[in-house]
Amino acid sequence: MILTATKISKSFGEAPNQTYALREVSFAVDFGEMLYIVGPSGSGKTTLLSIISGILRPDDGDVVVKDTDIWKLGSDALAGFRLQTIGFVFQDYHLFPRLTTLENVAIPLILRREPWEKSLAEARKTLQIVGLAEKESLPPYKLSGGEQQRVAIARAIVAQPDLLIFDEPTASLDGETGRKIVAFVKEHILNERRAIIIVTHDSRIYEYATRIIRMEDGRIVPGAGADHEK
Amino acid sequence: MNGLLRIALKLLLNDKGKFATLVIGITFSVFLMMQMTSMFSGILYQSAANIVNVGAKMWVMDPAVQTPQNSIPMPDYVLDAVRSIPGVKFAVPFYVGAGLVKLNDGTYQSATIIGLDDASLFGRPAIISGNILDIYKNNAFIMVKDANYAKLGSPKIGTSFEINDHRAVVVALAHTSVPGLFGLPTLYTTYNRATQDLPSTRYLISYILVQPKSTQDIAAIERQVKNLGYLALTDQQFVARNDQYYEFQTGMGTNILIMTLISFLVGLSIAGETFYMFVLDNLEHFGALKAIGAKSGELIQMIVFQSLVVGFLGFGFGVLLSSTMIAIGKMRIANYAAMVTYENLFLALIMVLVISVFSSYIGIRKVIRIDPFDVFRG
Ligand SMILES: Nc1ncnc2c1ncn2[C@@H]1O[C@H](COP(=O)(O)OP(=O)(O)OP(=O)(O)O)[C@@H](O)[C@H]1O
Ligand SMILES: [Mg+2]
Repeated sequence: MILTATKISKSFGEAPNQTYALREVSFAVDFGEMLYIVGPSGSGKTTLLSIISGILRPDDGDVVVKDTDIWKLGSDALAGFRLQTIGFVFQDYHLFPRLTTLENVAIPLILRREPWEKSLAEARKTLQIVGLAEKESLPPYKLSGGEQQRVAIARAIVAQPDLLIFDEPTASLDGETGRKIVAFVKEHILNERRAIIIVTHDSRIYEYATRIIRMEDGRIVPGAGADHEK
Repeated sequence: MNGLLRIALKLLLNDKGKFATLVIGITFSVFLMMQMTSMFSGILYQSAANIVNVGAKMWVMDPAVQTPQNSIPMPDYVLDAVRSIPGVKFAVPFYVGAGLVKLNDGTYQSATIIGLDDASLFGRPAIISGNILDIYKNNAFIMVKDANYAKLGSPKIGTSFEINDHRAVVVALAHTSVPGLFGLPTLYTTYNRATQDLPSTRYLISYILVQPKSTQDIAAIERQVKNLGYLALTDQQFVARNDQYYEFQTGMGTNILIMTLISFLVGLSIAGETFYMFVLDNLEHFGALKAIGAKSGELIQMIVFQSLVVGFLGFGFGVLLSSTMIAIGKMRIANYAAMVTYENLFLALIMVLVISVFSSYIGIRKVIRIDPFDVFRG
């Protein structure tokens, strides 16, 4: 297993206005999986994603990623864990408009204190993988939405993380572009040394999942962990 | 350079509008601070011109004297008394006063008249043409060739005019190292001639110039002169007394201080505000960096670096601008009293650092508080 989450609970706010976003959620992810987490708005998907990736501290429960109980780490060690292990694709990408596409992609390597030139060279290779080599010196806002998404993916994979986390990767793309990107990710990015977890509302891309977890009201719907291998 | 700082620099430089506002704001503020303090330094320096030019180790004066611009005449017995103080190698009388010069074309011009001890000529200026010994000739005066030289019609050796209705002949031209503050031409003559031709009060000695036998004797001399009811100061003490007078008793110092403070506040608010906007603009990006795995310390480094870059650039440009202005001023205006001192530079640098620290502080406060979860939730 690359990731095991055990009895994760999280609530927001104080009683009487307390919302229980997650109630004792447990699940596991294996290497090579492309796992989807789906469910209605407010069911706790983003909260769960944040907790398993070391961004949001749970009220209760453990998250073990590659033998590390991540919520036992101090904040700097946790930042180091995210940097070394996880690749993020945020819903609205969060690319730096004042850096070139190439520099944007190189950021995780630069944060890892790789030398500048080496980071850029590695980023260039990764841009080639996502098919944007010729756009490397443009600022991201000059690219189309689909291209920006691919830049965000390149940034997420440039440092070869074990676990890739996508929140609503197709939400701001048209259906065709969204499908293409997810197909691309499955074809070129997924492999036996890593896992990809995708939160989505978008049923048009369900066909690419290796497994789908359905959430409702802070819980995983039982029996919804079935394999959707295609 | 560290890659993160390189990213920080690019984020800053590529936001051209804010970058320019930051640098210009700090430049302007440094420029104003430097202008103010340099002007004041120049005034202090030139107002102490006589002390520096005469070069005596110690000065004896009436205790009410604050600056070398005014003197209160002392009776002759003080000179004898000072001469008899043990530790005094020699003591000579010194006259400084104003004279009214009537030029040959009938116009009048005030001038500073300095009377040097007849026997020693102690405190004499450097002669650039003519002979110092000609000062003993009848009606002889030595004219200082400085920015105010032309005000007496640029006299040559042999030129004559009237000073306080007495005939005066220029016998030599001289040079002094520090120009005076008040734009008056300076004429040197002997003490005896100066005191015969010029004054109207009963007492004659403006200052007594004292050379102590050694620096160890200074304290004792100062005590003894105090017992006489007069004040003995070393040249440095006299300069400091003059500085204090301008700083605290003329209101000039207070005004300069207020203006400097306002310039500082202008810089602080422009830079602080703009930097805050800059950080706010980049806040979600800093949040994304944090989510990806940047440590808080690294984000702080980036922000401090950015604020120091604009701070030092502003400082550099500000100093350059004010030095250029002062240089132009000195070329165009005779005796333009302004000088850039290390103290002024240091003060401006400290102010800039305060601006940088303040700006990064408000930026850091924001960045520290970003929750990457909020970035994640969009
Ligand atoms: N910071 C917060 N403060 C208060 N309540 C929160 C906070 N974050 C999430 N919640 C609540 O927790 C619940 C789960 O939110 P979450 O964002 O995980 O849902 P989601 O499944 O991702 O929904 P969506 O599909 O709309 O993105 C919601 O009821 C939400 O209002
Ligand atoms: Mg969500």
